[in-house]
Amino acid sequence: MRIGASVLCIALLLAAACQREKRDIRPSPTNLAIYDDAAKQSTLRPGGPITPQPVVRNPYNSSGYDISEGQRLFQWYNCNGCHANGGGGIGPPLIKTEWIYGGEPANIFDTIVKGRPNGMPAWGGRIPEYQIWQIVTYVRSMNGQQPTSAMPVRADTIETNPQNIVNRVPGQTK
Amino acid sequence: MIATQDLAPQIPNQAEEIEQLQRSWRHPRGVLGWLSYTTHQAIGMRYIVTAFIMLLAGGIEALLMRTQLARPDNNFLSPDKYNQIFTTHGTTMMFLFAVPMMEGMAVYLIPLMCGTRNVAFPRLNAFGYWMFLFGVLFLYWGVFTNAAPDMGWFAYPPLSGPQYTPGKRTDYWAQMITFTEVSALCVATEIIATIFKMRAPGMSLNRMPLYVWSMLIQSFMVIFAMPAVVVASSYLLSDRTIATHFVNPAEGGDPILYQHVFWFFGHPEVYIIFLPALGFVSAIVVAHSRREIFGYTAMVLAQVANGFIAFGLWVHHMFATGLPQIGEAYFTASSMMIAITSGVQIFCWLATLWAGKPRLTAALHFVYGFVAIFVLGGLTGVVLASVPLDWQVHDTYFVVAHFHYVLIGGALFPLFGAFYHWFPKMTGRLMNEKLGKLNFWVLFIGFNLTFFPMHILGLKGMPRRVYTYPTEMGWEQSSFIATVGAYVIALGGILFIANVLSSRRFGAMAGNNPWSADSLEWATASPPKSYNFEYLPMVTSRYPLWVQRSERAFVTGLRSDRREALVTTLMDAEPHHRYVLPTSSIWPFITAVAVSIGFAGSIFNPWYLTWGSVLSGLALIGWFWPRRPVELES
Amino acid sequence: MRRAALPGLALSLLLSCAGHQQSTVDPAGPQSGKIDTLWWSFFWLLGVIFVIVMAVLLLTLTRRQPDTEQELLESTHKPSEQTDSRIRRVVVGATIVTILTLFVLIVASVGTGKAIADLSFKKNPLTIQVTGIQWWWQIQYMSSDPSQTLVTANELHIPVGRPIQILGLSQDVIHSFWVPNLHGKRDLIPSHTTNEWIEADRPGVYRGQCAEFCGLQHAHMVLWVIAEPEDKFEAWMRAQLQPAVSPSSPDTQRGQQVFLNHACIYCHQIRGTTAAGQNAPDLTHFGSRRGIAANTVPNTKGNLAGWIVDPQTKKPGNHMATIAVNSTDLQPLVDYLESLK
Repeated sequence: MRIGASVLCIALLLAAACQREKRDIRPSPTNLAIYDDAAKQSTLRPGGPITPQPVVRNPYNSSGYDISEGQRLFQWYNCNGCHANGGGGIGPPLIKTEWIYGGEPANIFDTIVKGRPNGMPAWGGRIPEYQIWQIVTYVRSMNGQQPTSAMPVRADTIETNPQNIVNRVPGQTK
Repeated sequence: MIATQDLAPQIPNQAEEIEQLQRSWRHPRGVLGWLSYTTHQAIGMRYIVTAFIMLLAGGIEALLMRTQLARPDNNFLSPDKYNQIFTTHGTTMMFLFAVPMMEGMAVYLIPLMCGTRNVAFPRLNAFGYWMFLFGVLFLYWGVFTNAAPDMGWFAYPPLSGPQYTPGKRTDYWAQMITFTEVSALCVATEIIATIFKMRAPGMSLNRMPLYVWSMLIQSFMVIFAMPAVVVASSYLLSDRTIATHFVNPAEGGDPILYQHVFWFFGHPEVYIIFLPALGFVSAIVVAHSRREIFGYTAMVLAQVANGFIAFGLWVHHMFATGLPQIGEAYFTASSMMIAITSGVQIFCWLATLWAGKPRLTAALHFVYGFVAIFVLGGLTGVVLASVPLDWQVHDTYFVVAHFHYVLIGGALFPLFGAFYHWFPKMTGRLMNEKLGKLNFWVLFIGFNLTFFPMHILGLKGMPRRVYTYPTEMGWEQSSFIATVGAYVIALGGILFIANVLSSRRFGAMAGNNPWSADSLEWATASPPKSYNFEYLPMVTSRYPLWVQRSERAFVTGLRSDRREALVTTLMDAEPHHRYVLPTSSIWPFITAVAVSIGFAGSIFNPWYLTWGSVLSGLALIGWFWPRRPVELES
Repeated sequence: MRRAALPGLALSLLLSCAGHQQSTVDPAGPQSGKIDTLWWSFFWLLGVIFVIVMAVLLLTLTRRQPDTEQELLESTHKPSEQTDSRIRRVVVGATIVTILTLFVLIVASVGTGKAIADLSFKKNPLTIQVTGIQWWWQIQYMSSDPSQTLVTANELHIPVGRPIQILGLSQDVIHSFWVPNLHGKRDLIPSHTTNEWIEADRPGVYRGQCAEFCGLQHAHMVLWVIAEPEDKFEAWMRAQLQPAVSPSSPDTQRGQQVFLNHACIYCHQIRGTTAAGQNAPDLTHFGSRRGIAANTVPNTKGNLAGWIVDPQTKKPGNHMATIAVNSTDLQPLVDYLESLK
């Protein structure tokens, strides 16, 4: 009886480490430092590969709150103006499997920070890094790259496009 | 053994019958056995203990809230934590403490008061408890994983919608409701069936104890009200998990729809909590003032009226939403009218006490406290029923004060009185009366210290659900007093637990009927055997144990080598037929596990509903597989 | 004892409410005045009822039965017919009194509601649209002449003695517009437009607060309603309708440049500049307002600097981004914003 109770308590405390519900209202700047290039396309360079760059991870991976914030910022900063809820228009769609500049979180971060040719503005230095990571996580969630338990199924606004498409590509895991 | 009930010694084979009864009603052994209990005393006790733990959890949440609000601009709790804690406090108290506790007391007391051996559907009873327990575990798993609901215990959309409450928090809340209302519906069904069809012969409807009437009416209310909250929480769940638009304003849904459906449940819910407490008060007043209730018919009719009118009040929670004037006037009238039914009952109790021989036991102290606190809460309710006044005090601390006065005064104080009154029956020992009276005073003073200043705070403009407030508002003093009172209430709780624990060990032996009370549960052993009565009693009066011994009669002829009870007719309780009760069974537990897998998993992945249904279907097949009644070999 | 002391305590605490900000019992307008009158009539009537019931309750403890009653109760658990019929008369009487009292209260309440409704739709109203947004108030003065419409935030100026129609909207979740000194509350519900009429009898500064739980910072969603004489109000309107003050000193000019080069423009609007964000409060005349962040903190240079550097300190969870502003840029920016009178 006592053993059962203490196992239960420990399990409950461990479960408190659930990433999905993490809410970081005051992100520490050191967690979000930008490296020179968030993701190199290749490690090949003349003279042999250099010491590996630190891996830049998405600090808000799987966090429901931050995906929701990314959704809000996507509207507020008018990403819709070119990317229309992920369907594209002036800009390319964001719900896709083939990414020109890479679809990994670090690549998308880079895209937003540095801008890209033919119209993608450079947001780095304008909006804080933590907000860029939130938008990155949201864009990833549009592609089903985030757990369904963290993604909102819909917004409380008019649905112009399906917000989140999963199982769109055969074999793609949630 | 024969002294547990007063029997004429002429019944043949008495000793052998009683020995067979003990064997056929024996509880099975081991862990699997414990999971298979179907006797109502065991299940009732489980409800009571689990609900009491939920009371403590809710109390701790309240202490945390009050600590944060003791000083202005306090930073003891972040806004996110505060929102989670106040939502969990309300949710725990309303769904996981109040209703299940009343149900648990009913499950324990109703078969005893009606003079029968078990509830009508013992396995359903067990299933209901397991669903309640799994609901508790489900919600508190969420609480401990930073996924406690944080949008208020009534979860208004769009705040509780997918965009404004991300993550799983609201989903835990909405699905927990499913668990608890399945449990409530199970108990309501079997209470109605037990009361209608399994009363002791001669206990016609107008001879039923008032507590039995309360539970009957309350159970009907549960059946009509709970489906509304199923619907409301389903709107929310499906909006959040499968992208429906029930309450999405942008796509044609309406947040006000949710409010109507929720409050159609929400208002009867508080009467569902309150009505059994009224039954407790009647039982305690009659027993401890040692006279028959004044105005039995008026009491019954008042409670029935209460039950009906309670369904016509719900819009008074929505007076600030901009309703048409005629609608507001109607709901003002009905909200004030219900004060009449409550008032009639108060007058009848006061009349009983006035012309009785009140013996100031701890239980009666709680009844006096109930009258004082509940009447004040009822009067502030009349204030809230008035639309212009409600426009000022709605969603302020005035409302918080009101509902705590009616809920704590109207339900918790009678509940504590009921504990002091029936503890001897449930455990065989008397609680310490001195400590009980001290317990009452500490709770009474602490309660008033906490909640009376909140009336002032509300009138001074302090809204509800704020995690902090600025210094210049002048709310500091009353808030601090309220916090001190909260800690005094906590002390009262500790005193109660101390009294329970010490009385269980060292309390004086109670005997069958320490209070010389009138109803049937006092006719048998304390604690009752698992078959309740060796021979089911017959009643010829409203107050069976106040009838002369020589005039008491019993039912003989029920088989004792298997679990049997007597089914009687609805109106006059004439014996109708014998009813074989099921023996212990593991299937309710297995079914509850299967259903819980379906419910709990479905908030993460809809496929769990499918697999849960399949498993539940299999479990139900096991449950209902035709079996011979279990009989002892002779 | 304690029960008798309660009404006395209540009275003294209640009387201390008068003359307080955001108090429901300190009316400054006809609507809240009628509600205040209704409140006090309810209070006294119901207070008397409470005292009577408590007196009866306490008296039950002191009753000593005459001998015959005692014997009757011992043997039959019922007092005499005489006692019972006397009690019956009292109980029936009390029930009738209850019904009559409630009827009176219903009539008073519905009457007050009607009287308040009659205060609506008076002549020459001013229509103001209040939109609740997490966690601030957008205020729009409506007019048939488009050049006379005004958008501002978190602060409402109204002329004394003129009826004001408040149109309530919400952009996200349910909020509630509540200025207790002037009137009761009206919820702001998305996809609905609610309607409330207020009026100030005398000049003053009245505090209001959101009264429907709306998320993390519900506690810090405060609104000031400033009632001024008609001429002062007109002067204020004229000033507010102007585009933003052009920066005159190098310091404030620098500040404007800082503003326009940072992320501020994505959310905030300053009419007369290129900043046209619609997501956050309009800052065109920010310098003339009393508070920052829906009046979470008073509008001073120090508070503003603190707010810009870290909005999450005073209002954690609010939607303003934590923008990195250099220490050399911060002072000019603060000066510029405070100059926007």
